[in-house]
Amino acid sequence: MRVLVDLNRCQGYAQCCFLAPESFKLVGEEALMYDSGPDDALKEKIERAAASCPVQAIMVEYMNGHADEMVKSGTSEAEARHGA
Amino acid sequence: MAGKSLFQQVNDYAHRANPYPLYAEMRKTPVLGDEDGNYAVSSYRLITELLHDPRLSSDIRARPPDDPKQQAVAQSSISPAFIRTDPPEHDRLRRMLTRQFGPPHTVGMIDNMRGDLEKYVNGLLDRMQDRKQIDIVDDYAYPFPVDVICKLLGIPPEDEKRFHGWAEDIAFSLDPAIGEEGRKLIAKGLVARNELGQYMRALIDVHRKQPGNDMLSRLITDSSADGRLTEEELVSSSVTLLIAGHETTVNLITNGTLTLLRNPDVFERLRHEPDLIIPLVEETLRFEPPVQFNSQRTALADITIDGVTIPKGAPVYLMIAAGNRDPVRFNEPDRFIPDREDNQHLGFGSGIHYCFGAPLARVEVQIALNALARRLINPRLVVDPPPYRQSAVLRGPRHLLVDVDGIKP
Amino acid sequence: MVHRADVLQSFKKNGSIVIVGASLAGLRATEVLRKEGFAGRLTVIGDEPYEPYDRPPLSKQVLAGWVEAEHTTLPRQHPLDDVDWRLGIAATGLDLRAREVHLADGQSVDFDRMLIATGVRARHWPKEDEARLAGVFVVRTRDDARLLRQKLETKPRHVLIVGAGFTGSEMASVCRDLGLTVTVTERSASPLIGALGGEIGSIAGDLQRQHGVDLRCNTTVTALEGDAERTLRRAHFSDGSTLDVDVAVIALGSIRNTEWLRGSRLAAGQLGVACDAGCRAFDINGIITDDIFVAGDVARFPHPLYAYQLIALEHWGNAVAQAEAAAHNMVNSEAERRPHISIPAFWSIQFGVNIKSVGLPPFADQVVIMQGSVEQHRFVAAYGHKGRTVAAVSFNQGRWLPYYERLIASAAAFPPTPPAYDVPIPLHPVPAKFPAANAPTSTPTIALTGYAPDEICATYLEEPPMTPVTVESGGKA
Repeated sequence: MRVLVDLNRCQGYAQCCFLAPESFKLVGEEALMYDSGPDDALKEKIERAAASCPVQAIMVEYMNGHADEMVKSGTSEAEARHGA
Repeated sequence: MAGKSLFQQVNDYAHRANPYPLYAEMRKTPVLGDEDGNYAVSSYRLITELLHDPRLSSDIRARPPDDPKQQAVAQSSISPAFIRTDPPEHDRLRRMLTRQFGPPHTVGMIDNMRGDLEKYVNGLLDRMQDRKQIDIVDDYAYPFPVDVICKLLGIPPEDEKRFHGWAEDIAFSLDPAIGEEGRKLIAKGLVARNELGQYMRALIDVHRKQPGNDMLSRLITDSSADGRLTEEELVSSSVTLLIAGHETTVNLITNGTLTLLRNPDVFERLRHEPDLIIPLVEETLRFEPPVQFNSQRTALADITIDGVTIPKGAPVYLMIAAGNRDPVRFNEPDRFIPDREDNQHLGFGSGIHYCFGAPLARVEVQIALNALARRLINPRLVVDPPPYRQSAVLRGPRHLLVDVDGIKP
Repeated sequence: MVHRADVLQSFKKNGSIVIVGASLAGLRATEVLRKEGFAGRLTVIGDEPYEPYDRPPLSKQVLAGWVEAEHTTLPRQHPLDDVDWRLGIAATGLDLRAREVHLADGQSVDFDRMLIATGVRARHWPKEDEARLAGVFVVRTRDDARLLRQKLETKPRHVLIVGAGFTGSEMASVCRDLGLTVTVTERSASPLIGALGGEIGSIAGDLQRQHGVDLRCNTTVTALEGDAERTLRRAHFSDGSTLDVDVAVIALGSIRNTEWLRGSRLAAGQLGVACDAGCRAFDINGIITDDIFVAGDVARFPHPLYAYQLIALEHWGNAVAQAEAAAHNMVNSEAERRPHISIPAFWSIQFGVNIKSVGLPPFADQVVIMQGSVEQHRFVAAYGHKGRTVAAVSFNQGRWLPYYERLIASAAAFPPTPPAYDVPIPLHPVPAKFPAANAPTSTPTIALTGYAPDEICATYLEEPPMTPVTVESGGKA
């Protein structure tokens, strides 16, 4: 899996850290560190984390076996910015 | 209807089952002042702006002395909870509470609760297996979060009988204080808060003498760079966590179930696609938010937004449920789309007061709704709309009767 | 009569686009081009052999050993299988007349439209023999980060970081987390001075010292000394002192990758490639081109909030926003063009503090603490330029920044009206203390030639002078 967080959007609500603690860590009070290439076994947790982000800053690409198959992608930044 | 402002109509119980047409009407004047000096803000963009505006206060003490809520706070025997304070006091209290709830100090606690929570809801359903009708509220959506928050905090679940009434009165007192009826609700809420405070004070005493591994004990014994929570802070915080920990979740589970029953195709899809629950709960938070609007904010300065000036001292109502259906922000806002993309809803608020318990609520509701989808056989709504609770702010059905052909093991 | 709309449709169907640069901006542009219906030939050229990857983690998670350098590949928002990825091959030249990009392997790729997104590279230690000592590192690429990480795993006794910009400061923070002894040198009076000014930079300096960094400001490294095995042993400082170190990380900012454009007759040089707000490149005479676009770290563009001065931003968010605007404009008609005028923003994570900024702090002359406590490293500061709010920075108070972003967008007065709580009263604006804007170079690189009115034009002078030291602006590895 490939994960990207737009840390300009991120405001440190840490919902991802609650729901997928293996992949998202809060450093201090609001700084986010994350694993940009988590194991496929964590797919469900990553999905929970991405869906719960209050500012929709988490983008995920799920790789299905071979690298080119894209199953689903997170919110497009262009779209998200449009409304925010 | 004549003479009643849009805002008063929202609070009118007659509109409880479907306030959304009123919200749509409100959005035509996104910053709407009424004759009582209240301001309701209903567009997504402006609500979001104000949630990040350091001139808007959550502290009722900032209101004029004749404001009924201000008077209630002044008469209360316990101090305002962290959600009713501003920085730096708010930030300090929230930091200390967060230490025992989430990262970076407490990592993985909520995620690790999943197994127990699943066991609990399935236990509830097991006990209903011979029933043909269930009340989602009394049989399921209420007992579950109450049990969870009690265990988490270290409150004996059997005390529910004692605090049930208090919790409800406090929840109802969040509504805007409109007229004599509103003042009565506020007065009842004040009495209940003081009594619940007394109860909590005694409980804190017990935990202080014999600390367990519960959150209350840990809050009592913890100390950090911010110091220790005082007795007063412990009382007000634990009262708030107890109330907020179940009054809102009950509504979210019930609103979610109601929405699923009204959209049987989605309910069916969830049965086969349990992962759908992840975006589905977010969509429920958008579509039927358990907190319909913030009713406790006050302008601390003249705030001009989009050409309208909200005067200093004015109560400001942020109409979350209206913003969540703002067509400028959301495509087809009145449609329930369980896997909606770009769902940056305001169901848990935004800014520094973002719902403290959001991660727990998400886990609870995901588990509760998934268990219903998996186990209820041919569930059917008995009354639509169902009877609603009094509260306009914490809006949700009082009962939700469902006929079933059975409950799967 | 040929209709413009037909030409555009035909281009979108059968045209060809080359993107030079396969990092964040290149990837985002590629995605937007496809998303907006460009079905023609799309070639992406990148000098590194990797699929586009994210750089900010390199100086943080990767260096800390939590995330493998290989696990930083950027997710794609759109299927891009039908894109011709030419990775590991640098572009070496551009022929505008022939509409061809020349590649290091001798091949060339022709195009109808092109996007330049070649970004920047790390500025190495200027003395080449010292730069080659074992133990001397830079961190810009995935390979750089992997090598430094391997070195840090050997538990070096003393790490020297040369330069206290964002990357240097972030790496110092990671090294302290790893329990390593760290010295940081900074030629100016405080860390982060180029991005945040000396006033706020000094707070970042306190943060470093509180976390055990031996921070030496107003100090430069004069020499790196190796032993007989060509391994780094010692650093010499401008104050005459020396220090035994076994690792030196050079964090002296970056150099814009524009050398390959020399001779292309584009307005490209050490400061970047100049373009308009629609991301179209200027030619060397300052005339806008129609089919050459620029985005990301390498672009210099005018911003209406900042007096239309040409600015280059080495910000992650700028790469994304500018690439999206450029790609959109590449496949849309004139009437549908979008300006790249988003408000600049960046972040940095160091010593447990989330530093975020909106606006353009270096544009300011004054700064004022608006909210929170400097002592606790929780505050928001606003920056002003001639009585107008132009930027804000937060230390662990990021949730308030949207409010300040609106103040900046609306050109609000400075100092802004104070917040209603958690505010130091009275507000006390002080000089922001940015270093005097140093001229990029004292040696001219461009001159006019020709005499007749139709002959006069700008031209590059021979022998490019050595590129100057500039300070990186943060938010990037």
